Amino acid sequence: MKRKTFMIFVGPSVFMMLLFIAAPLVSVLWQSFHLTQPIYTQVEVETCTPGFPAQICTTETQIRPQLDDNGKIITQTTFVGLQSYRNVLEPERLRAALDAGSWDQLMNLRFWSALRFTLVFTILTLPLVIGTGLLIALAVNNTLQRIKGPVIFISLLPFIITPVIGALSIRWLFIGDGILTAALESWTGRDIAMFAQGWTIELMMYLYRVWHVAPFAFVVFYAGLQTVNQDAVEAALIDGATRFQRLRYVIIPHLMPLVVFVTIIHLMDAYRVFEEIVGFSASAHVLSLQWLTYEFLLPDGTGSRAISRASASAMLTMIGIAILLAFPLRRVWRDHKGR
Amino acid sequence: MFLKKLSIAAAVTALAAGAAAADCTNTVPVKTISNAFPAYESMAAAMQACGNVTSELDKDHRLKIVDAFSANPSLYSMTSLTNSTSVPMIDADLLRPLDDLIAEYGQGLSPNQFIKIDGKVMAIAAFANTQHLMYRKDILDDLGLAVPTTWDEYIAAAEAIQAAGVVDYPIGHYFMDGWNLAFVFVNHYLGEGGAFFNADWTPSINNEKGIAVLERMAKLASLMDPEYLVSDTTFVTKQLQQGDVAMANLWASRAGAVNDPAESSVAGKIVMAKALMGSEALAATVWWDGWAIAKNIPDEEAEAAFKMIVASMTPEEIAAHNDDALWLAPGFTPGDAAIGAAETFASGMAAPYPMNKHIGSMHNALGAGLAAYLTGSKDAATTLADIEAAYITDAKEKGLLQ
Repeated sequence: MKRKTFMIFVGPSVFMMLLFIAAPLVSVLWQSFHLTQPIYTQVEVETCTPGFPAQICTTETQIRPQLDDNGKIITQTTFVGLQSYRNVLEPERLRAALDAGSWDQLMNLRFWSALRFTLVFTILTLPLVIGTGLLIALAVNNTLQRIKGPVIFISLLPFIITPVIGALSIRWLFIGDGILTAALESWTGRDIAMFAQGWTIELMMYLYRVWHVAPFAFVVFYAGLQTVNQDAVEAALIDGATRFQRLRYVIIPHLMPLVVFVTIIHLMDAYRVFEEIVGFSASAHVLSLQWLTYEFLLPDGTGSRAISRASASAMLTMIGIAILLAFPLRRVWRDHKGR
Repeated sequence: MFLKKLSIAAAVTALAAGAAAADCTNTVPVKTISNAFPAYESMAAAMQACGNVTSELDKDHRLKIVDAFSANPSLYSMTSLTNSTSVPMIDADLLRPLDDLIAEYGQGLSPNQFIKIDGKVMAIAAFANTQHLMYRKDILDDLGLAVPTTWDEYIAAAEAIQAAGVVDYPIGHYFMDGWNLAFVFVNHYLGEGGAFFNADWTPSINNEKGIAVLERMAKLASLMDPEYLVSDTTFVTKQLQQGDVAMANLWASRAGAVNDPAESSVAGKIVMAKALMGSEALAATVWWDGWAIAKNIPDEEAEAAFKMIVASMTPEEIAAHNDDALWLAPGFTPGDAAIGAAETFASGMAAPYPMNKHIGSMHNALGAGLAAYLTGSKDAATTLADIEAAYITDAKEKGLLQ
């Protein structure tokens, strides 16, 4: 392809990526090193609100942002270096916890407890997603041609559901005397409260994520299975390879690039775990990094946000994903060079 | 949303048979945004009946209004407002003073409804809200228990109910992690006579009063469904309706629903009572809910919007929706559902929820930090010290603290 034609084809998408990915990223990076605040002044304010029977008036010293001639709040932006990162990471308290060798103390630091959950969540669900996906793919591949369509459709359903909705529906099955909790209670004869302690909520979150994402792995692997070289399978059969040996030495090596692909996608997705925390109202027991960013970004009751810490936390999440992806990507790179 | 609007419209057509809506005909397009619960639904319906009014009812309206009202012209003519949502709106000077409109069209309103900031009326309160005791009269009578008036009596009664084993859990409370849990602390801390800030806005919650509040919260938690950290106001309402709990301290705005025969299996058995006393005051805060008009709209539109506010609060409208809220406008007759709130207000022992910038940051820090104490991962003093530290970091970043 001519260089000019190539540029014409690629240009629009490069432009979009610069505008919608690179530019916001640069802006978040910039904000994580700066602090933008309104300039406040102390004022005496008399406030009268409904009382019973008559109004209650109170005079209080409050702070008010200064407004410019156009009625806009005047803000000032200062460079604060790594201050916002320090506020998120709390290095002094981290050191104190490490010095004391206390896991509980470490888990009381919001960022580190969120990192703990996020990593465990990502790493624990990965093999389960790949394993379940592969099992479904093999099972579907071996079912009768006639019912393959419906089976594929049903297996895909969990992946089609919007994540928050899926999480909420699982929550309703279990919360309070939800039907599944009630069923478990009558089966075990014990009073069960799935939302009363951290580990049951965590367990539900892992299961939910595997249930939700396994169909994606299934579809990818199922497509891969259609391209397995049948000659190689037959050769292995003639050599007396068992079903397991054929899977282990012929089929899985063939699917390996797809496993890496699913791994990369899953690592990126799972590290940004957020819907589960919302859906299962888990924030009292477990936090994720993405939830932390959201908490900073949400305006408080009187309308202020912690944009700088939110930016720092978002950058840290990105760095985390980059580190995690380094492992499978290195493998891809090696394979690429080997060829 | 569309279906909801349809049903509201249908309800209005039914109601508008009377003459009430006849004299409010509106020709200037007015757009409103408000919180979504029965009181606002009925007010929005009354406004729509006058014509040319578009209403948006949204529980998350507070996340929209500052930006929407900053636009010129503002995206909405008016919004619903409370103690806390008024703060950013007044800070950014987005609301129109209403004194001239009141002089011209507001004779029917009660002066008690005017939210005055430095002498200027910035909003019209429609109703008041607070939190108070709701109890199952049949259960307390059966067990020969007196109606509790203090938190200590409440806990004692709850223990007696638990011992009798008549309900799953003696009490329900909105202990959901985040805003709700923090709100419980705020109320109890005020009930203990605590002040959240020193004169220089540094925090002052890590003290005996704060610890007493945490210990009481843990005690209350032990008498609740163990899933209390996901229990919000709606969850508690359902617990009462389904007879799972015998007592609760709940928002007055839910008093109608708990005895609603259409939803409640114990309708008529739940009685309202005054909020419970802490050591020095009632552990309850007074909230006002009302309407404010955008600054960035033409005078003509503001005038029309104000007339709609008045039309939504005529004595006829209030009488038609008497039990939806504790209306402040003339025409309200407190019914059984309003007794608890009325007594709470009448005592004068419940403080208004603070209307300053710092409480927002403090409330956030409490919401993020309190659960650690209840789940047992921190002791009371550490919890409060960590919350104070979180508040300082947050308030500094937001420019509230030097």
